[in-house]
Amino acid sequence: MALLEVEALSRSFGGVHAVQDLSFEIEQGKIHSIIGPNGAGKTTVFNLITGLYRPSSGRVVFDGVEVTGYVPHELARRGMSRTFQNLQICFNMSAVENVMVGAHLRLDQGMLGSMLRIPTVARRDAECRDEARELMRFVGLDRYVGAAADSMPYGALKRLEIARALAARPKLLLLDEPAAGLNPTETHEIDALIQRIGDSGVTVVLVEHDMKLVMGISARILVLDYGRKLAEGSAQEVRGNPEVIAAYLGGSVEAGST
Amino acid sequence: MDRFRGLAVLALIIVVLPLALRNSYHYDVAIRIGMNATMVVGLNLLIGYAGQISLGHAGFFGLGAYASAILTSRYGWPPIAAMISGMAAVGVIAFVVARPILRLRGHYLAMATLGLGIIIYMVLVNESGWTGGNDGMNVKAFSIFGFSLANERAWYWVTGAVLLVAIVLARNIVDSPVGRALRAVHGSETAAQVAGIDTARYKVRVFVVSAVFASAVGSMMAHYVGFITPQVSSFFHSIELVTMVVVGGMASTYGAVLGAAILTMLPQLLSRFEGYEMIVFGLILMLTVIFLPRGLVPTIAARLRKSD
Amino acid sequence: MLSQTLQYFFSGLTNGAIYALSALGFSLIYNASGVINFAQGEFIMLGGVCAVMLTAAGVPLPLAILIAVLVVSLVGLMLEKLAIEPAGDADVVSLIIITIGASIFLQGVAQVVFGPGQRALAPFTGDAPIMIFGASLLPQSMWMMGTGALIVLILAWFFGRTRLGKAMLATAHNRLAARLVGINTRHVLALSFVISAALGAVAGVVSAPITLTSYDVGIMVGLKGFVAATLGGLGSGLGAVVGGLILGLTEALAAGYISSAYKDAVPFVLIILILFFMPRGLFGARASERV
Ligand SMILES: Nc1ncnc2c1ncn2[C@@H]1O[C@H](COP(=O)(O)OP(=O)(O)O)[C@@H](O)[C@H]1O
Ligand SMILES: [Mg+2]
Repeated sequence: MALLEVEALSRSFGGVHAVQDLSFEIEQGKIHSIIGPNGAGKTTVFNLITGLYRPSSGRVVFDGVEVTGYVPHELARRGMSRTFQNLQICFNMSAVENVMVGAHLRLDQGMLGSMLRIPTVARRDAECRDEARELMRFVGLDRYVGAAADSMPYGALKRLEIARALAARPKLLLLDEPAAGLNPTETHEIDALIQRIGDSGVTVVLVEHDMKLVMGISARILVLDYGRKLAEGSAQEVRGNPEVIAAYLGGSVEAGST
Repeated sequence: MDRFRGLAVLALIIVVLPLALRNSYHYDVAIRIGMNATMVVGLNLLIGYAGQISLGHAGFFGLGAYASAILTSRYGWPPIAAMISGMAAVGVIAFVVARPILRLRGHYLAMATLGLGIIIYMVLVNESGWTGGNDGMNVKAFSIFGFSLANERAWYWVTGAVLLVAIVLARNIVDSPVGRALRAVHGSETAAQVAGIDTARYKVRVFVVSAVFASAVGSMMAHYVGFITPQVSSFFHSIELVTMVVVGGMASTYGAVLGAAILTMLPQLLSRFEGYEMIVFGLILMLTVIFLPRGLVPTIAARLRKSD
Repeated sequence: MLSQTLQYFFSGLTNGAIYALSALGFSLIYNASGVINFAQGEFIMLGGVCAVMLTAAGVPLPLAILIAVLVVSLVGLMLEKLAIEPAGDADVVSLIIITIGASIFLQGVAQVVFGPGQRALAPFTGDAPIMIFGASLLPQSMWMMGTGALIVLILAWFFGRTRLGKAMLATAHNRLAARLVGINTRHVLALSFVISAALGAVAGVVSAPITLTSYDVGIMVGLKGFVAATLGGLGSGLGAVVGGLILGLTEALAAGYISSAYKDAVPFVLIILILFFMPRGLFGARASERV
């Protein structure tokens, strides 16, 4: 069954059609990728799915429920989680606390209980901290367990976002260019990490420019160009698609990231 | 136990300080510092932690002060009941205006909160049938269960205790999931939303909490001073409060206390620059923020950490 | 009835002209630097105060006006060089406090130099009111409206036709790009403070005969200028002018027909209501935030 269905989704900014009449499905328990040249609309698709942007038209169905136009925190409650191409780290907090933010929905949120620090709140929070540390180790951030977010290098922050997203225990995880700006060793580690996340049963949608990574890891690949679907299928099918080849030879897929 | 170190130091200061307070004027300054600190600890939750500016919190302070003044002197309510009613009313008002106001960002938020404070000020000035207008009104001494807070010493201990309680409550909030959500709103509102935080709701909650803090201190100050005018809710008072937060250090509870202490003592110290108070005050304000943009306590803490 | 309304209209436009100039000052600086300059009202105060002192010392009015504008422009320049530039990229709250510190400082200086009292400047061309359909219009009001209109025209020419003006607009639009094409964005920043200060000074001088002047008149007119700028949408020149006029008219009509006691509250009620429905003012950019 499809965990996520996107139907005829469109969004434009002024005159720019960032996403146009796009339909696709994401199957439960698999790793999917969305690729395409810079400006193709990949990030916009993520923003539309996670409720940060409202679609101009079209529908999004998540886990059997139509969620078009839902606000982000409502979608998080239903099991969506994501990372950002342009990092969204809270630099006013420690690394662990950033991860704990991801677990927000699983914690007691009462103002009075927090103000009086009733024992259940305090205990649950301490447990959450331990879980967050554990997650940091899982994504390979052992060294930074005690660090402040603003003292961490770029590559570590990318992983920190993944840890935060996992802290929510999502059904669907959207990763926007997790390997951008990383060196080959780091990219390789991220590759293995995504694989492990997929193996743990989380459905993953990956936006990435690193073709080796994408081709190796994805069950299905969706190719976007100018906001439209150019091709869709397995790595092999996509690789052999003449339109994709044309778009990529004419375009600038390896030119880096925006 | 880190949580209690700062608190213990402050409690010690409060206990030992009377040894250095030689006359009732000294006590008066200490009490004002304590009250301002209590208020700013609350305001810091909104400005320092959640990153939402308010240039109108003196308005809530004024509403609390006048609620106490009017209910006790015109209707004969017991002061504690008047104070709690004031806090409840301010809580409701803050709750009602918070959602539309806190949708705004940056300077638009500054504008709206500034406007809110000025509107409250003008109501207090113009509804002179209730408030006495610019002439102000007298407020009875605070009393509870037959005990009345008659002298500075009594007020000193009450104020000190209230400050410590306020700090415990504020620290508890900061160190809880709620506090983390507030800091996330400041750090990255987008990340917060995507992590499932209803950011609008949290902004409203912290706005209400800080407004209720302001109202409570307004009530206390009204009873303590015994006389209030609408100036308690003026734009300038709002600015003073924000300045306390910024000078002490945003998102630093003890910074807020230090900021309150400095800004409360400053005018007293400046009184010897007769006629030049405003010039010196303005200069100090500019220089502190320019050269210590993160505020005193965070700057000092960073220095100490570096020298470790 | 008509004459009454017309009377309110005149007084609204007169004040509106000053609010518009104040709002333009806010928008200019906001565009160049992202700073809301809470000392904007002090430029207006200083303009009036300088002119009053100079004419009292026997300086002829036109010369007094010129000197007042020059002095205040210099104050604007110093504010930028000594307080805003050293602050670097401090956050919004810090910058607000810095400009408020400057505002208190300037008030303090004015209080020492000018004394605490209120004084008026003599009207430029007499004080015999002109009757129009039963409503009276002071010659000084006409000076205020005329000066306001003239300045708006000059600014429109400056930003629309001159290289320097276009460079300032380009900087406001995209600082980095402006720097890349060789615009000295630091000069633009300083210039925006100088122009805003000059605008304020002119507004202060032309309004001093009607509103009187003292060291503390700057706060309210400054805050109302901020309201007008926000009303129109921060950074929009047209918005500032329209916002200023709307504000002046609303205030005058509300004072006349609803309650004169609450006259000074009107701008703030108005701005809160408008921001509830249009969080970025009437002409503010409505771009969706990028993530
Ligand atoms: N908030 C926005 N405002 C205006 N234009 C936007 C916004 N978000 C995206 N766009 C435009 O939409 C198009 C797709 O952008 P994006 O989704 O970021 O592409 P990708 O992630 O594939 O590189 C681009 O032309 C971009 O400029
Ligand atoms: Mg992208």
